Amino acid sequence: MLSILRTIWYVFLHSFQKRITVQYPEQKPYLAPRFRGRIILSRDPDGGERCVACNLCAVACPVGCIALQATEDEKGRRYPEFFRINFSRCIFCGYCEEACPTYAIQLTPDFEMGEFRRKNLVYEKEDLLIDGPGKYPGYNFWRIAGVKIGGKDKGEAAHEDAPVDVHTLLP
Amino acid sequence: MTSPHPILSILGFVIVAMSIAAFLIWVERRLLALWQDRYGPNRVGPFGLLQVLADSIKIFMKEDWIPPFADTPVFILAPAIVFVTVLLSFAVLPVAPGIIVSDLNVGLLFFLAMSSLGVYSVVLAGWSSNNKYALLGGLRAAAQMLSYEVFMGLSLMGVVLLAGSFSLPAIVEAQKKIWFVVPQFPGFVLFVIAGLAETRRIPFDLPEAESELVAGYHSEYSGMKFGMFFVGEYMGVTLISSMIAVLFFGGWLGPVLPGLVWFFIKLFFFIAFFVLVRAALPRPRFDQLMSWGWKVMLPLALINLLATGAAVLAWR
Repeated sequence: MLSILRTIWYVFLHSFQKRITVQYPEQKPYLAPRFRGRIILSRDPDGGERCVACNLCAVACPVGCIALQATEDEKGRRYPEFFRINFSRCIFCGYCEEACPTYAIQLTPDFEMGEFRRKNLVYEKEDLLIDGPGKYPGYNFWRIAGVKIGGKDKGEAAHEDAPVDVHTLLP
Repeated sequence: MTSPHPILSILGFVIVAMSIAAFLIWVERRLLALWQDRYGPNRVGPFGLLQVLADSIKIFMKEDWIPPFADTPVFILAPAIVFVTVLLSFAVLPVAPGIIVSDLNVGLLFFLAMSSLGVYSVVLAGWSSNNKYALLGGLRAAAQMLSYEVFMGLSLMGVVLLAGSFSLPAIVEAQKKIWFVVPQFPGFVLFVIAGLAETRRIPFDLPEAESELVAGYHSEYSGMKFGMFFVGEYMGVTLISSMIAVLFFGGWLGPVLPGLVWFFIKLFFFIAFFVLVRAALPRPRFDQLMSWGWKVMLPLALINLLATGAAVLAWR
């Protein structure tokens, strides 16, 4: 009996506590930098596309909402001919970001992407590609890749040594 | 003593009772939110007050469906009964001196009779729905309301002994010296508990019991028939709160402010208390409810009645 009265009193004391609701449209909630929201494609510091169209994100995607087609430019660099994310299917799990070897695909702290038409949720490459490097400002995949591409042989990139001639290491 | 314009006062009572009941939807949601550290409905109109309007437009637009397996006439009649019996009880409620529809000399008995009739609504709704959950809800309602009706009446007999009348305005007048909550404190506690059970509010909402019985006796109801049950429940809360105010807290009596204002202050205090109880307490098991009613509450009510009777005799 006493515990019932005590319960009622403790609940009454909540009248004087702060309300925890965030009044959303007027009052924006804090979103951490690692929040998994709208997906973007970033560029490296030189302004080139980071994406090398390796298809790992499309394979990692559990709902199969990423579609892309690889192609090569005149220097032999791979890039996506088209890159399409169907956000009406995307579950924002972030596996694509984890799978990406070049930090190209990234999730951002933005979730306000409601649409009245389903087809407006299909984002093409020009909708996804941003101008900056996103969460990894200094990272340039081609500078450290160690692969040979048009205009740059192995070992010619910045801070890169020429390949070791393995015959000199033989006993 | 009846009020000068019977038709006007009847209309006034119906309109005020129904608008308070509608307004309570908003009050309850805001108060529950306050006690759960939320805001509740605050978007539609100032402070969300127009939520009531939005809700009622929505419920009127809903399809009013009668299931093919239901007992149609009874199914339609059941929500009307709860509404009518509660509204009839308001007829004997004295709001302020002279503001009453009908000052019956058996006013209190009329109120008890009407609240007992209210159980038919729930039982018939459960029966006519032809649905096992609805029937279980109806059965629970019958058992619960029968057992709580008994000590509800007995808990009020102490007040009647002290006032020497069944007429509600006479009971209020008798509280000029001291509110009956002081000499009749056990009666007050018993009446509040019985009132909660009578209105089927949350600690005693076993006939509905969303977590066990879908929605209990109104599982099959939709649209405005469902709305009638809800408005009936809120009017029941208003009625029981105003009865607490009238019987134990001196109705319109109070210093400085006019009687009407005092009555509404007391009324809203007890409505808020009912919501607080809903926010705080869980639902007991059905056998706990029954054994509480018969083994604890009924003997307590009888002891209270005997003690009051003895005190009244000794005083004379």
